[in-house]
Amino acid sequence: MALLQVRHLSKFFNIDRNHRVHAVDDVSLSIAEREIVGLVGESGSGKSTLGKTMLGLHHKSAGEVIYKGELLPAKYHPADFQRHAKNMQMIFQDPYSSLNPRMTVGEIIGEGLRLHTNKKGTEIREQVARWLKRVGLEPDHMSRYPHEFSGGQRQRIGVARALILEPEFVVCDEPISALDVSVQAQVVNLLDELKASMGLTLLFIAHDLSMVRYVSDRMAVMYLGSVIEIGVSDDVFFNPKHPYTQILVGSNPEPDPQTERARPSTAIKGEIPSPVNVPAGCRFANRCPQMMEVCRVETPALIDLKEVGSGKREVACHLYN
Amino acid sequence: MTDSTPLLEVNNLAVEFDTYGGIVKAVRGISFSVAAGKTLGIVGESGCGKSVSVQSIMGLIPMPPGRITSGTAMFAGQDLLVSKMRNGHDIRGADIGMIFQDPMTSLNPTMSIGSQIAETLEVHRGYTAKQAFARAIELLDQTRIPEAAKRARQYPFEFSGGMLQRAMIAMAIACEPEILIADEPTTALDVTIQAQILDLMRDLQRETGMALILITHDLGVIARMADDVVVMYAGQAVEKGSVDDIFYRSAHPYTMGLRAAMPTNTRGDHHKLTPIDGSPPDLFHPPAGCGYCARCPSSMNICVRANPEPFHLSEHHFARCWQHHPEIPVKADGLHYLTGND
Repeated sequence: MALLQVRHLSKFFNIDRNHRVHAVDDVSLSIAEREIVGLVGESGSGKSTLGKTMLGLHHKSAGEVIYKGELLPAKYHPADFQRHAKNMQMIFQDPYSSLNPRMTVGEIIGEGLRLHTNKKGTEIREQVARWLKRVGLEPDHMSRYPHEFSGGQRQRIGVARALILEPEFVVCDEPISALDVSVQAQVVNLLDELKASMGLTLLFIAHDLSMVRYVSDRMAVMYLGSVIEIGVSDDVFFNPKHPYTQILVGSNPEPDPQTERARPSTAIKGEIPSPVNVPAGCRFANRCPQMMEVCRVETPALIDLKEVGSGKREVACHLYN
Repeated sequence: MTDSTPLLEVNNLAVEFDTYGGIVKAVRGISFSVAAGKTLGIVGESGCGKSVSVQSIMGLIPMPPGRITSGTAMFAGQDLLVSKMRNGHDIRGADIGMIFQDPMTSLNPTMSIGSQIAETLEVHRGYTAKQAFARAIELLDQTRIPEAAKRARQYPFEFSGGMLQRAMIAMAIACEPEILIADEPTTALDVTIQAQILDLMRDLQRETGMALILITHDLGVIARMADDVVVMYAGQAVEKGSVDDIFYRSAHPYTMGLRAAMPTNTRGDHHKLTPIDGSPPDLFHPPAGCGYCARCPSSMNICVRANPEPFHLSEHHFARCWQHHPEIPVKADGLHYLTGND
């Protein structure tokens, strides 16, 4: 059963009376229990906005999010956060700006418990100490401030803060992008262990395709606010169907000189267009090497490619209609 | 590594900085060279000294607090580390161009893109303002900026990140440099735009025969672009060789560790990633021994006490690791070793 269902979710930001940013435009997605869904796309494609809107950090412009059969409010009020914070949490991208520099690590990690449970001081401290150990830090780090930690350690603090309430669903917004390669593996392994021990369901947002393929069960590719391909990670990565996904995978440099020497240049032309007043038709049409007449006119819907791969694969492209 | 004579030869460069906390020994004796038409990749984690190395060659280190304590950087018969600007003509910026990681902050927001490019030509090549601006438009065109004439009159805020990086490249190649130094040129860009910029740099290199020094932390970019690679750790070159040496005959545990920490793109492969535990050493007090020994899975007693010299596995491939000493008692798994008759 799906833990979380997103139905025709949209998030627009108004610039003025006549212009608005279509950050997320009619996205439907369902995430099963204990599943990791990876979300990839260029900057500006709406990955983070989708994640935040799912958690109620942005008001929904249209569409709905259903969590365990319960329809979540379009606009969160403080009481809604109070109720859902225990189930849904978020790990943020930047381990430097997402921790309050004036709070100690103990206060940062324990804040959730203080706000959302009846636990008392000593109990909270014990639990924070347990979590510090669990994410590979020391309990006596509790009285220190964020600036005393390295990027990787801060990201672990962010992980502990998000998971101390033992949520079921966590949005990880580029949790490793700001970290060095050697440290990325630490955080990924930590998430993997915690997923196994706590039965977490994750939405893993990143732009590093290799890492997303490695981490997630299914992968969704976003372009200019819409999901254009979704399927089992290995299938999407090794056998991409949408022309954009093909280019995205082809642009991803692999740490293997022989592969790289053999690779034809697949650099895409142009850049991601502005999400303000998106034109009709397929959003990728003006950069697409396989553009057809219909692409300029009609927006392709996600269609199920029944014969491909080891699981359900959906692609929004007229080539497969 | 090729047999052609190197254009730039850096030898035993060491740089330190005075800070309130003491002296940081950011670069501790690094040597590398690059030949015409070739690409040298310098790879390493943040803080390993890769940017400081090239910035000191370009004279971009503020002194004080910075200080070059040893080394030479020979280019066209003179040492860049001691030579000063002569007759208003400097090698740096003309014969050696440089592009930076963050194109948004590296350009002057109050000058049009075209005039910024033109400025280089007026200073180094004595063009008139009009000639220089016309040439700037050609350069923007060469770096595949559409509608170059219109774009040249625009300001940095009107450009996207990828476009700004193209403009930076146009500026760096304005004086037809023999060497282009690119410091993390694509780190701030998306993979699709990164591919465009890497292709552009490679095409320009093919057209002009310039050498490229590419600094990055991304092994994928190194695999795509580099002929030779220097792996830096804690201010030193811990391994150096051809790109194939580094990827297929890794000889330093750090290089191995970096590769094990990344997912391989093999179908169905979900083997556990092996992180490198710990963190780089404190360069206020660099360790007496090998800088990597605290994190190294195959460290030995000697590693703590003495810093290894580079051991050559072949003429152009070395690793700074005691594992390659001929009298090593127990050899670690996976490292590429010297054969008996080397």
